[in-house]
Amino acid sequence: MNNNLYNYILGIADNSLILGQRLGELCGHGPSLETDIACTNISLDLFGQVRSYFQYAAQIANDGRSEDTIAMLRTERQYVNVLLVEQPNVDFAYTITRQFLFDVYHYKFLVQLQKSNDATLAAIAKKSIKEVSYHLRFSSDWIKRLGDGTEDSHNRIQNAVNDLWAYTDELFHQTPADKTMIAEGIGVDTLKFKDNYFKEATEVLIEATLVVPDLEYFQKGGKEGVHTEHLGYLLAEMQYMQRTYPNMKW
Amino acid sequence: MAAEQPHIDKRLTAVLGTVSDPEIPVLSIMEMGVIRSAIINEAGVVMVRITPTYSGCPAMDVMGEDIIKALNEAGYKAEVNLVLSPAWTTDWITEKGRKALEDYGIAAPLDEVADKAVLLGNQKLVKCTLCGSTNTKLISQFGSTACKALFQCEDCREPFDYFKCLK
Ligand SMILES: [Zn+2]
Repeated sequence: MNNNLYNYILGIADNSLILGQRLGELCGHGPSLETDIACTNISLDLFGQVRSYFQYAAQIANDGRSEDTIAMLRTERQYVNVLLVEQPNVDFAYTITRQFLFDVYHYKFLVQLQKSNDATLAAIAKKSIKEVSYHLRFSSDWIKRLGDGTEDSHNRIQNAVNDLWAYTDELFHQTPADKTMIAEGIGVDTLKFKDNYFKEATEVLIEATLVVPDLEYFQKGGKEGVHTEHLGYLLAEMQYMQRTYPNMKW
Repeated sequence: MAAEQPHIDKRLTAVLGTVSDPEIPVLSIMEMGVIRSAIINEAGVVMVRITPTYSGCPAMDVMGEDIIKALNEAGYKAEVNLVLSPAWTTDWITEKGRKALEDYGIAAPLDEVADKAVLLGNQKLVKCTLCGSTNTKLISQFGSTACKALFQCEDCREPFDYFKCLK
């Protein structure tokens, strides 16, 4: 099996899987009916995309692994999502900031992945980007509403930006699998849109009357499987059914 | 475009026309543009290719099962495969399908530019499905399912779904 391609797909899919799970936690707990539905619809889109990626990964592995076992039965260190997406839903401002910082990246990433030499990845990207354009519109809109809103909403979103900004740089780290896939024209060279990412994110934050943190040090580790303490709890909840009742089906 | 025309064996159109979208029962999956091809192979098995509207659409599995059930009842063996490319667009909803949506109380998708304008709340272009007024406002960019947004009419106060443009 092509290990680099397999690991590369997991790198993409784990971001959406873990973020989808975080958003799913808001089902029935969103701050209002509309935002609750929005967050869970975004979650559903992400899970749908994840299924396409993991079905493809299972096909590449070709050893009895399925989309479900890949999603549900790995240990914490085997998940390679970026740290940003596993950060908890502290309040709605955190949820929106996390979403926005990821959506800007996700959209630009899929624009490039559409041109991949790998036909399956290109097809998944073409399908997903339509959905992600709605996610980006939703999160950007809320960043502006909350930033340029009341004193309380402004302070909360500024706090979230201050905390989560440290996780943005990791989006652009490249693992050995990433580099091999980029060289083969399959993977996306994320460094090519890094400047553009920070420029666009900054523009929206400034329009939202927010201050962009000036950081020297950024958090990293997720792409190597070294996570924050939050991921273990998330996985415990996500994997509970599959671990308790192995091979269960809906 | 010719390349995007679904390829469906004429002997199957009537049967496939009876299968509806489980979330929008007035709309047959043919009118939805979800079936990309349906052919009878040499072994006499119907091979159907469907494409998801949204990646996470929970209705896709049900549609697949419903297609097989309908074809079995009509005396065919059938197999359904999901294809992602080319990606589904709301342009594939037929004229008849758009009419069925509107009659059911769901505003049909606008074109891409107008869609963006209404979903940012910049313009009033979505027609109320009850009274026809365009004096409508966006309540939520996400509605009861992934494919819809929630609107309300400012004249007759009717809340209704708008089928978002996907292109
Ligand atoms: Zn009305």
